[in-house]
Amino acid sequence: MSILIDEQTRVIVQGITGRDGSFHAEAMLEYGTKVVGGVTPGKGGRTVVSIPVFDTVDDAVAKTGAECSVVFVPAAFAPDAIREAAGGGIRLVVCITEGIPVLRMVDLYHELKDKQVRLIGPNCPGIISPGKCKVGIMPGQIHEPGGVGVISRSGTLTYEVVYDLTEKNLGQSTCIGIGGDPIVGTGYVDLLEMFEKDERTDAIVLIGEIGGEAEEEAASFIKRSVRKKVVAFISGRTAPAGKRMGHAGAIISAGKGGAEAKVEALRRAGVVVVDRPDQIPDAI
Amino acid sequence: MLEQYGIPVPKGELACTAEQAAKAAGGLGGGAVIKAQVLTGGRGKAGAIRVVSSQAEAESAAKHILAMTVKGFAVERVLVTERLDIEAEYYAALTVDRQAKAAILIISAAGGMDIEEIAEHKPEKIRRLAMPCAAESNNAEVLEQWLSESFAEQLLLNQALKITQNMNRLFRDKDCSLVEINPLAVTAQGQLIAADAKIVFDDNGIPQHPDLAELRNAEEYTTDEIEAREAGLSYVSLSGEIGCMVNGAGLAMATMDCIKLAGGRAANFLDVGGSSNPQKVLDAMRILLQNEQLKVILVNIFGGITRCDDVAQGILWARDQLGITLPIVIRLIGTNEEKGRDMLRRAGLIVARGMSDAINDAVACAKGGSHS
Repeated sequence: MSILIDEQTRVIVQGITGRDGSFHAEAMLEYGTKVVGGVTPGKGGRTVVSIPVFDTVDDAVAKTGAECSVVFVPAAFAPDAIREAAGGGIRLVVCITEGIPVLRMVDLYHELKDKQVRLIGPNCPGIISPGKCKVGIMPGQIHEPGGVGVISRSGTLTYEVVYDLTEKNLGQSTCIGIGGDPIVGTGYVDLLEMFEKDERTDAIVLIGEIGGEAEEEAASFIKRSVRKKVVAFISGRTAPAGKRMGHAGAIISAGKGGAEAKVEALRRAGVVVVDRPDQIPDAI
Repeated sequence: MLEQYGIPVPKGELACTAEQAAKAAGGLGGGAVIKAQVLTGGRGKAGAIRVVSSQAEAESAAKHILAMTVKGFAVERVLVTERLDIEAEYYAALTVDRQAKAAILIISAAGGMDIEEIAEHKPEKIRRLAMPCAAESNNAEVLEQWLSESFAEQLLLNQALKITQNMNRLFRDKDCSLVEINPLAVTAQGQLIAADAKIVFDDNGIPQHPDLAELRNAEEYTTDEIEAREAGLSYVSLSGEIGCMVNGAGLAMATMDCIKLAGGRAANFLDVGGSSNPQKVLDAMRILLQNEQLKVILVNIFGGITRCDDVAQGILWARDQLGITLPIVIRLIGTNEEKGRDMLRRAGLIVARGMSDAINDAVACAKGGSHS
């Protein structure tokens, strides 16, 4: 099994006629994902590498039965694209777009909270259930099906970790990038819970970084409710305070969000926290 | 900006010289407060805020402050404002609480100090109100009820309500991450006035607010940080000798951390981004090379969207165009890695496959050892 997505998942691409949208729609299709449609307002009726394009999410869902959407729409329009997906009956929205102002996400988070929709991202690489389905921008070929669940705030660092896992014959059930922004649709806790319940996931890798207190929250949840083995790596242990380290959410401010507090909290929860990414496979 | 949003502020003007400051103080009747304009806190404690009662005093105080450096920031301007007859000081701020995923209004009757200090010494004096939705945050009745516990007098309460509503308008209109008024002073005349303030804007909001981009203050960043931003790169200066060029923020931080574990020190954080563009690699190299402390350049690329051959092309352009004499340690893996590695090998550059190997090599180079 896997979490969130599998070989049955029917996916639409919002912003499919853009440069990134079309490139990754094709890559997802090649990986085996059921990409059943795309949405770009005003461009309905066209096709992008044999994928039909619709004007609206409503239209795309009605004609294709899609349940999952991946958003490549530019930051200024991405919140409305997510709203449109949520209103159109999509159950899982994955937002790749980077650069959405935090206050737009605050509003969106509370709007979506009581709806039957889950948002992953924004500013994330997406989700992959190896061998089954890829909804995102990660390089598919480095993944192998298996029993390790991966949750991360990062992109390329996740690829680095997955690459090492695959080299050591540790395949993955599902890998999720939750996004590098201060406020994201889905945090560690919900995903830890899903992996804990997923019969095919044997161990979980958590990749965190400086900024906020999401890792501390994850640690207290793990202590209470996770029996499976969890291995973690936290990046930014040498990052200076007060500087934004690439990701909008990666900043130590007012004495909060430092790496050591996260490492400590996770260790107290029984998580094996490694110092280098390449130590993760052995720790598992 | 506070004035534009209807928040009362003291009369005053900016001065770059002691003479200008004296003139400004004269315009205010002689008595004035001279404040250093630097992008950091703790000015009061540093002696960079002075109260004066004549033009002559204003001139000598401004002269003194303009020669100061506060927490590494040279004082280039002072603000000369009217002296307020202050009876009480509140703290008022709007910010985003990441855990609550909400905008929160923070009010304290113990204004004048850093909020961290109030939190440490008088935590009971801090009150927080979550404002989860744009619609709810304008609910005047809830806000007024909540504020009435901090502002007992009706006249003050009316002003506090108007000020916090206006702060919220500013906070949302301009995509701020912080609007902080400290102190929010109560004058002897019973007026609430923003005696000092700090506003932090969300970088992600800047593209939608061109007026804010113009406010960007050069002195807050190093020259290489400014150039990096102009080139679309995410860059932070650090103090070590190993120049880093990495794709992806998480991997870039992990690279810095692993350098330290291996006994070296990173000279910078640099994320060249996810797109495949040799020009960006060339720009990144140019910025790295401005650092005279540099002893070695470490390139760590995990190609996903980024294609290794594009990165290799950028490195080769940089070597030819910038005349790089420093050793370059390259780790290249992922999309089109064979092609990229081949290009570099043929040009005589050594390419590692593993991140740890590359980092150990770079640390050895920085320490003066030979590049293995």
